Formats: sequence, structure tokens, C-alpha cells
Amino acid sequence: MNRIEQAFRQLTAVDGKAFIPYIMAGDGGLSCLVERLQLLEKFGATAIEVGVPFSDPVADGPTIQQAGIRALKNGTNLKDILVELSKARELVQIPIILMTYLNPIYSLGINRFVQEAQSAGVDGCIIPDLPMEEEEIILPQFLKAGVELIRLVTPTTPVERVRKISSKGSGFLYTVTVKGITGARGEFDGGLNAFLQTVKQVSPIPVVAGFGISNEEQIAELTKYCDGVVVGSKIVELFAKNNITELETFMSVIKRTSAKI
Amino acid sequence: MSTYTLPDETGHFGIFGGRFVPETLMKAVMELEAAYNEAKADQEFQEQFRHLLKEYVGRETPLYFAENLTKHAGGANIYLKREDLNHTGAHKINNAIGQALLAVRMGKRKIVAETGAGQHGVATATVCALLNLECMIFMGEEDIKRQALNVFRMELLGAKVVSVTSGSSTLKDAVNEALRYWVANVDDTHYLLGSVMGPHPFPMIVRDFQSVIGTETREQFLDRNGKLPEAVVACIGGGSNAMGMFYPFIKDEQVCLYGVEAAGHGIQTPFHAASLTKGKPGVLHGALMYLLQDENGQIQEAHSISAGLDYPGVGPEHSYLKDSGRAQYHSISDQEALEAFQILSKLEGIIPALESAHAVAFAIKLAAEMEPGQNMVVCLSGRGDKDVDAVKSRLHGGETNE
Repeated sequence: MNRIEQAFRQLTAVDGKAFIPYIMAGDGGLSCLVERLQLLEKFGATAIEVGVPFSDPVADGPTIQQAGIRALKNGTNLKDILVELSKARELVQIPIILMTYLNPIYSLGINRFVQEAQSAGVDGCIIPDLPMEEEEIILPQFLKAGVELIRLVTPTTPVERVRKISSKGSGFLYTVTVKGITGARGEFDGGLNAFLQTVKQVSPIPVVAGFGISNEEQIAELTKYCDGVVVGSKIVELFAKNNITELETFMSVIKRTSAKI
Repeated sequence: MSTYTLPDETGHFGIFGGRFVPETLMKAVMELEAAYNEAKADQEFQEQFRHLLKEYVGRETPLYFAENLTKHAGGANIYLKREDLNHTGAHKINNAIGQALLAVRMGKRKIVAETGAGQHGVATATVCALLNLECMIFMGEEDIKRQALNVFRMELLGAKVVSVTSGSSTLKDAVNEALRYWVANVDDTHYLLGSVMGPHPFPMIVRDFQSVIGTETREQFLDRNGKLPEAVVACIGGGSNAMGMFYPFIKDEQVCLYGVEAAGHGIQTPFHAASLTKGKPGVLHGALMYLLQDENGQIQEAHSISAGLDYPGVGPEHSYLKDSGRAQYHSISDQEALEAFQILSKLEGIIPALESAHAVAFAIKLAAEMEPGQNMVVCLSGRGDKDVDAVKSRLHGGETNE
């Protein structure tokens, strides 16, 4: 069984919710990646989403854009990230999910990328600029390697399409909570809960909400309708400030919130 | 190429093209495709488009035999397709009108667009003024400096110009911001993309609207000479004027198609915009295409004296035409373009856009290699008023505009 599936099974058994922090690999230097992954595991993450910096991140808001620019200035690249992740794999037990735009993968070579990701112990991959219609470019390789392609749905995705995407199901369904880019937000559109409910009804795989989630109240509200959340910009910010104390506090509050539901 | 039906149903030109966009945009690009296919078959829509091109833009544009330039080059006859004579001074208006009509048809009253040199921004702002649409233009901070006058024009026309400071602050970053804006406002906003790039169906739509250039050229040339030209030449940034010119000639295999990229300081330096000559295939802004990128797949900044060619990618259909061998792609340096800018001004009394000056520079070289009596058509995609300041400061020393 894949680590992602296992993680969700364990959560279901205790009626818990997944909490998936996102970090930008190479922000603060690639050498601290392993240590940060260990920290996040220690603080109770269900899985970790590791961002690969890209020069033109069209799905990302200012916080993650800036983190990506810092990482690129540090000379971060996909090859080196995979090397670090293979080191991390011996020390970190929870699932590791790469989030990368397609071009760094394409440039490395799709076969080579999938092989190296698999041997680095990467469990899943989120590719924000790869909709269902284009996924044949990499899906056969992923299937062969047992790396899960994590697909996205958004509030603009029609229900029939949500059904289609989720039924291809691997890992979990990444449900984008906003019409827009990543980044912390004060509040969500009114229709969001209904949207999440619909997705949850339709999807045969766990539903995880992401984009714009940054506080306890949002998480408490959203997890009523789904199986977990991704928190990105907030975590990236705390790491950028190197504020580990606040990170620990934030994560323990989140864990409590997720467990309470 | 006796039959040519690309893109295929999924928006691919061979391996190129496609719809590599965030899921949030998939509904919008699919709706756009459906709306376009309907509009394409709708006589009334086509008539509306033709009417505005004629009455508002001033088409058809002349196919002008540049006798003095021909003598100067000393070879093939050089004809200029005068897209510079369009309303707003460049070919960009052809596509802007087509897409704005499409937006209205789709019930979208808000338009967002990117611009490099400002020509597409001005064309978009113009047609938005005409059709009473809300208009927002994203433009790189660097380009805003280089093209201050066009910024003022857009504002006069009622558009809101948003300065983009991310990345290299040029065209590619303006596209990123326009895409981010579109992702967040996709319900009521149409993204009026200015070139033959981006996700399907944009490369096809823009090509089709721009193909009025090649269709007119072909007819005009046949009427005048009873045969087709041996060569057709156009400059390439994203590639819309070139695609508009090439498309109606693709099946005429005897006609050689030449695209001219910006070599900036030279293609052996890191400062150029020659995506087809020096790039490799990759994915950016929704399409698989030739891209300037480093060994890790990070997109590199493009460099050209001409803001309109300053883009690290090139339309997927050009990428396909290159690999299939149907079109050839060459490059012209800043210096050569500047010379051609002056030559055309002096010899023909036509001040070309710096973008188009790249095509003219290549045409002069190519004509000299061809036989007298052979013919070529150069797409003179825009007029040079917008560049006069930049050229002046460049000629009087200093490289202030890069």
C-alpha cells in the first residue's frame, strides 16, 4: 500500500483529518530541507507537500512566488531536490508529495524524473499546470512507478468533471478552495462549503482542501466538509522568518482543531 | 503539406501546443473553444468581423512594391504588406477585434490582456473603447518605461494599465500576471491574448483572425502577378503576424516561409530572443513550445531592442512548422534591425516598427541571394512612431533602452 493511502486509512480509523503543510524546497538553502521535513513530521503533519521553485509560477500568489525566487537565487533545482528527498526518506516516515510545474520535469526528462522521484521515495506529485486532458504525457510512467498523480479540482470545475477527475483517483483529490492563486486569505466565497460538500459526495478518494487556508477557524470550518487541508503560504512565511516556535504553536493548534472534528 | 488541418481536436500541433493550464481555467478555455467554433460557422459573426476590419481598421491594407528597397538589396523584388497602415498602427488590431466580438458574444464585458511593446495593449484598449468593454492591461515595468507613450494612449482610451514588477518585468511576466488575474476573475472576464500562444484554442483563434493578412496578400499578389511569390518573410516574437501571413500559404509548397527572430546582441551571447534558433521544447503559459530556458527548465529572460519580440517562447504552431521543415527561422541582431529601420525610412519613406525592421533586415539579405525577377513579400507588421525615441537615444550613443 502506498504511504498516502496508508496515512488516510489511519486517519479514518481515528476519525482524524489530514494536515498537509507546504514548504518551498531551497528557500533558506536546500541543506535545511531534510531538517524541516523532520520538524514538520515531529509537529504532527500527515504528509508534506514539497514545492519545486519555478521561474513562472502562474498558480501562485506573492508569498510562494517570493519563496520560489529566493530558492532559485540559492541555486535550487529539481535534480538536487530529489537527492535531498532521498536522504530525507530514511528519516521521515510520512508521505512526501512533490508540487512542481511541468517544465522542470519536462526539462529533466519525464522518464528520468519519474525514476528518480520513485527511488527518492516520493509518494505523489502535484502538477498545477497539467489538467486531465494533458496527463498522458506522464501518467503511464507514474502508474508504472507507483507514484500517485494528485489531481486538482476547483470551484470552476463542473460536477461531471469533478466526478471524472476523482474517479481516476489516486492519492487524494486536491480541492482548490478559491477561484484564484495561492496565498493567505481572510475569508472564502459563500458557496465554498456547498462546493466542498459536492466534491466530497462525488469523490471516491479523500478530499483535501487547499489554497488560501491560513488559520484555525478556516480549518475548523472546512474540515467539516472534507478530509484534510493543505496550508502553504502561512508555513512558508513562518519558515522564511525562521520562527520555529510559532510554527510549532500553529501546528499544534491545527492538530487539535483537526482532531476535534 | 498538401493537406494541413492542425491543430488536432485536442489543440496540438504535433507534440506542441495543448492546454497546460491550471484546472481553474479549463472550463473557460473549453467554453472559449466551443464559442469560437460556433462563431466561426456563423455568417453573421464573420460579417460583423469583416465589417469592422473594413470600416474601422481600414482594410484591406496595400501590398506595396518597394522598388527602392529592391534596388538597394539587388536581387528579388520586395513587396511590403502594409499592416502598419491599420488603425492603431499594427496588425494587432485584427485579432483584438475578433476576440472582443467573441467576448461580447460570450456575454463577457470585461477584458484583460498583456502587452509588450504596447501595440497589443493599444489595440485591445481601442476595441474595448469601441465596444464599451471594461479593459485592464498588464504590462512589465521595464516595457512601461520603454513605451511610455503607448501607456498614455491606453489610458486615453479608457484602459487601466497595471505595472508588473515580478520576474524580469517584461512581456512574459505580464502574461503571468494576466493569467493570475484571469484565474481569479474567470467568470466575467475574457483574456484577450495577443499572440499565437497560450493554451488551445488561443493559438488557433489568433491565427485565424490574423490570417486576413496572408489571405489578402495571396489574392493581391495573384491579381497583380498571376502567380505566387517565392518567399514570404515576417518577424516573430510570439509569432502572430507571421502566423497570420504564413497560414494561407502553408499548402502552397513552392512558397518558402521565413520567420525572423530577434538575435538581440547576438545568438552567441545570452542576450537574445531567438527561441526557435536557440531554445528547446518546454511548457510555459499553457503550451508546449520552443522556449529559452536553462538546463533546469527555468525560463530565461529574452532580450531584444524591440519590446514586441522580447518573449522567451514562440507559438506552438511555429514550433511545429520549424520541426516539420515547412518554415525556416532565422535571426537578426539589434544592430541589423536598427540599420534596416533607417534604410526603410530613407529609401521608402516608411518608418517601420523595430519588430518589423527585423523582417526588413532579413529580407534585404535574402533578396540579395535570390534571383532578380523572383518575388518576396515582407509583412510590415507595424509602424515605427512608437520606437522613434528609443532609436534616437540609441543612435546618439548609449543603450538606454534595454
